[in-house]
Formats: sequence, C-alpha cells, structure tokens
Amino acid sequence: MTDTTLSLPEAPEPSPAMKLLRRFLGQKAFVIGTGILAVIVLLALAAPLIAPHDPYLQNLDLRTIPPVWYEKGTWAHPLGTDQLGRDYLSRVVYGARISLLIGVSVVVISGLIGTALGLAAGYFGGRVDLLVTFLVTTRLSMPVILVALAVVAMIGGSLWIVILVLGFLKWDRFAVVMRSATQQVRSLDYVAAAESAGASTTRIVLGEVLPNIAPHLIVVATLEAASAILLEAALSFLGLGVQPPLPSWGLMISEAKAYMFFSFWLIAIPGTALALLIFAINLAGDGLRDVISPEGRA
Amino acid sequence: MIGYVLKRLGLALLVALAVSAIAFFLLRLSGDAATAIAGEGARQEDIELIRKTYGLDRPLVVQYVEWLWQTLRGDFGTSLYFKTPVSALVLDKLPTTIVLGLTSLGFALLVSIPLGVLAAVYANSWIDRLALAIAVVGQALPNFFFALILVMFFSITLRWLPVSGSDSWAHFVMPTIALGYYVAPAFMRLVRAGMIEVLSADYIRTARAKGLPARSVIFKHALRNALVPVVALTAVQLGFLLGGSVVVETIFALDGLGYLAYQSITYKDFPVMQVVVLLLSVLYVLLTLLADVANAWLDPRIRVA
Repeated sequence: MTDTTLSLPEAPEPSPAMKLLRRFLGQKAFVIGTGILAVIVLLALAAPLIAPHDPYLQNLDLRTIPPVWYEKGTWAHPLGTDQLGRDYLSRVVYGARISLLIGVSVVVISGLIGTALGLAAGYFGGRVDLLVTFLVTTRLSMPVILVALAVVAMIGGSLWIVILVLGFLKWDRFAVVMRSATQQVRSLDYVAAAESAGASTTRIVLGEVLPNIAPHLIVVATLEAASAILLEAALSFLGLGVQPPLPSWGLMISEAKAYMFFSFWLIAIPGTALALLIFAINLAGDGLRDVISPEGRA
Repeated sequence: MIGYVLKRLGLALLVALAVSAIAFFLLRLSGDAATAIAGEGARQEDIELIRKTYGLDRPLVVQYVEWLWQTLRGDFGTSLYFKTPVSALVLDKLPTTIVLGLTSLGFALLVSIPLGVLAAVYANSWIDRLALAIAVVGQALPNFFFALILVMFFSITLRWLPVSGSDSWAHFVMPTIALGYYVAPAFMRLVRAGMIEVLSADYIRTARAKGLPARSVIFKHALRNALVPVVALTAVQLGFLLGGSVVVETIFALDGLGYLAYQSITYKDFPVMQVVVLLLSVLYVLLTLLADVANAWLDPRIRVA
C-alpha cells in the first residue's frame, strides 16, 4: 500500500491533494468499487464498438443460443441469444447505458430538490424546518415503488417518464442528510463571519455552507443512484417502466422469465450485471463515506 | 411523555391527511377516471355519460372532500374490475400482507441479530467477513431476481415448494425469504456497529472484570443496549417491506395487498388504487408512530427533543 510513495522518496510534506488521493487508495472497498464501476462505464460508453451485433436485430432462427461456456455455445454470440434471437452480449452492453443514465439523471433531479429543501431547513430552521420535516415524513410514508407504478401506469411508461417519476420521488434522503449537515455547519465561525461581513443569504448558503457539506452530498448521491437503478429494474420487470424493445436489464429479466426453466442464463446474465453494478456503486459509496467521515481520516 | 406522544400523534394525522390528498390528486391528474371506467374502445358519448353519472365532471376539490368523507366513514367505493366493495376486497387481502410482513421481519431479525452479534464479538474474523459478504450480496441483489433464483432452486430443482399462490404456509416460505433478505443487511450492519460500540463501553469492562461469564456480558448487558437503535430502524424497514411486498407478492401471486395494488394499477382500477396507496401509507405512518413512541419510552433523552 505504501508503493505509491516510493516514487517521491524525500518529499518533505505531500500536498493535500496527494494526501487525499492516498487516503482514497488506502480504502480497498473504494478502489475495488470504483474499479468495477469504471469498467462498466467504459463498456457502456464503448457499446457500439464492443457489441458484436445490433441489440435490436431479431433472428428467429437463432433463438436461445446458450453462451459460449455451454456445449452448444458459439463465439458468434458470446453470451448467447435471447428468445427473439437477439445477441445477448450486445443487449447487456447497451443495457448498461440505460442503468447508468437512470442512476445519474434521477440523482441529479432528486439531488437538486432534496439539497434545496435540506439547505433551507437546516439554514433557516424554525417554520421552514418544520415544513420540510413534514414534507419528508409525508414522502417517506408513501412507498416509492407503489406511487411510481401507479403514475407510470396512468401516463404510460418510457425511459424519461421513469427518470422524472423517480427523480421527483427520491429526494427524501438528500433532504434529511443535507438538513442535518447544514445544521452542523451553520453554527460554525466562518458562517458567522460571513454573516457579519454582510454577505447575502444566497451567497452564504451557496458559497460557505454548500461546499462544506458537499462530501456528504456525494455519498448520498452514490447510494441513491444504486437505489434508483434497482427501482427502474423493478418497475421494468413489472412491465411498468422502460418499454420494449429497449434492453433494460430489469425488462430483459422480465421478458425471459417464461424461458428461465430451460435457459436460466437468460435471467442470470442481466441479473448478475445488475447486481455487479449495484455492488460496485455501494462499495464505492461506502469507501467514500469512510474516507470523508472524520473517523476515517488517518 | 404525554406531550411528546400528542405532538407525534398530531404530526401523524397531518401526514395521513396529506397522503390522502396526494393519493387522490396524483391518480386523478395522471389519468382520466372516466376513460378508465369506460374501458378501451368506448365511444365519446359513453365516456361523457360515465363522467356525469359518477360525478367526475365536478371540481376535483369537491370530489376529493366527498371521497375523503366517504373513506373516513369506511365506504371505500366499488372496484371497477372486481365489481365488489373495495372494503371487502381490502379486508380480504390485508391479513396475507400482515403475515408476510411479520414473517419476513422475523426472518430478517433471526438472521441479522445472531450474525451481527457474532461479527461484532469476533470482529475481523472469518465469521465477520462471512456476515459482511451476506450483507453486501443482499444489498446488491435485486429482490425480484433473488425471488426467481429461489423459484429455480426450491420449486424447479428440489421440487419442495409451490411456485405461486397463497393457499398454505408453504406458499409463504419463498416470499418470506425474498423479502426478509431484502431488509436484513441494514439490520445486520446496525447490530454489528452497535455491538462493537457497546462492547468497548466502561460498564462492559466492569461486567467482565467482575468475572461475569462472557455469555451473560454479551447477551444481558451488551445486546440489550445495542438493540435500541434497531427499534427505530424497524419502522423504516417496515416501509421498505410494504414497498417490497408489491414486487414480491406479484412475483409469487401471493394474494395480499401488494398483489392487489399491482392488479389495480394494471387494470386502472381507480377506487382500489387510491385506497391501497392510502392504506399502505397510513399503515406506515402508524408503525413509525408506534416505533417513535417505543423509542421515546426506551430512551428518555428523545422525549425532550
């Protein structure tokens, strides 16, 4: 683990950035998590280069060919083909794009809403705080999946509808964490200093408070991204999320469900991909939290 | 204590009212009830007629107040799809969901408390690693995928359990495991962290120094204190359980509220949908209320805040 320091043997005092980097690299969970995540992101970005076939091209003569590690597998379709004869590797790789897009977009929307509410509640306190607490409690009492299912059923499913619905439903944890983080920062001297210097509220909140609670924001964002991806998969699995023929992993499991008795890999492959992505994001998020929290600092 | 309970009760009532409004307006605004009642391919005149007969042409607020008033009196309306009173439908399915909720919560606690305690007592040993692995996998596995794996294993390969339905206790085994494993990791982490913290406390050292047997120290002194935050988490996890029951009950066709919710959503059965959303939410409000009161009773410091 000390290998990184060998290149600069007599450095008097490593720069803060170096220290931070070393702290990250010392976290095995973080390194493994971000490593897997980086590979998945690269696969998703390079999907057109990696996918051997068109993910939407059906060929009914080539239905449910097993992956190469089965006896009947062929390298022409390394992960086999699905019940409509579409190349499974191509679909899985393009599916990564959907999951990642969901994770990022939902977190951007819900993060904006939740952070705004949390900042306001933590900074102003009093009635604003009461109102936000009430909103959070109300939101928490309605199961996300139930409300999302109902709304999607009413207005029809599509990738963007799912993103918007989840984005407008999943801001609660952002609000809760940002609220308590803001409360802690608010009583610190530099906020009082900015106040007495006559800085405007907007400036204090955005310039002094927000940058100092940003680390918490990043941790919540990673964990919420994982949960959003799982929710999209569940919605699509139930037929009320992303619609065919898009290769959403949850939808792929749903479509292949009827064939799982004879071709278990049809659900095992997208299921494993989903689990691996969530595992990587959770690991990176946990590692991030350990690095950021004061107890994690060496 | 009474002041605290009253304050919490007031908040719970307000939240329940807000939830009822959201359940009503969200579903009404995102779809046209008259079109849903008329069904596919209905003529425009028929839709208009339905709108008049059901009073759907009046202002939404009026409809909401009337719906709320009727709901409070226990009149939940009639299901458009099942053609039976919603109250009978809901009462019929509620026990299944309550049983599933209790068994999966029990399963989760049964797995996570012993594993969490062992992981804390033997921190950094192989058993700690194993517990961590079980938790990490549980958090990463989508519950519907895990449910299908269970079906493959227990129903197809071993032929031990029925694939779907809700006629006997055997039908509850796989849904319980699927749902319980979904909420277990959070409990396990909390128990482990709590135990590690408590085990390093002074009173534990004293108990050990007095020569008390290790078992008595761990279970009587340490675990009791480490379990206090678990009560609070139970309320939050029950929310996850209620949400998760929609997915799990649907996969196993277990005839509870979750499955009813899914059916009413796919059939656009407005009256049922509204009541189920309202009921599951109010159930959660009640459970958190109970958990908060229990917590305040266990830990007097909370009452002041």
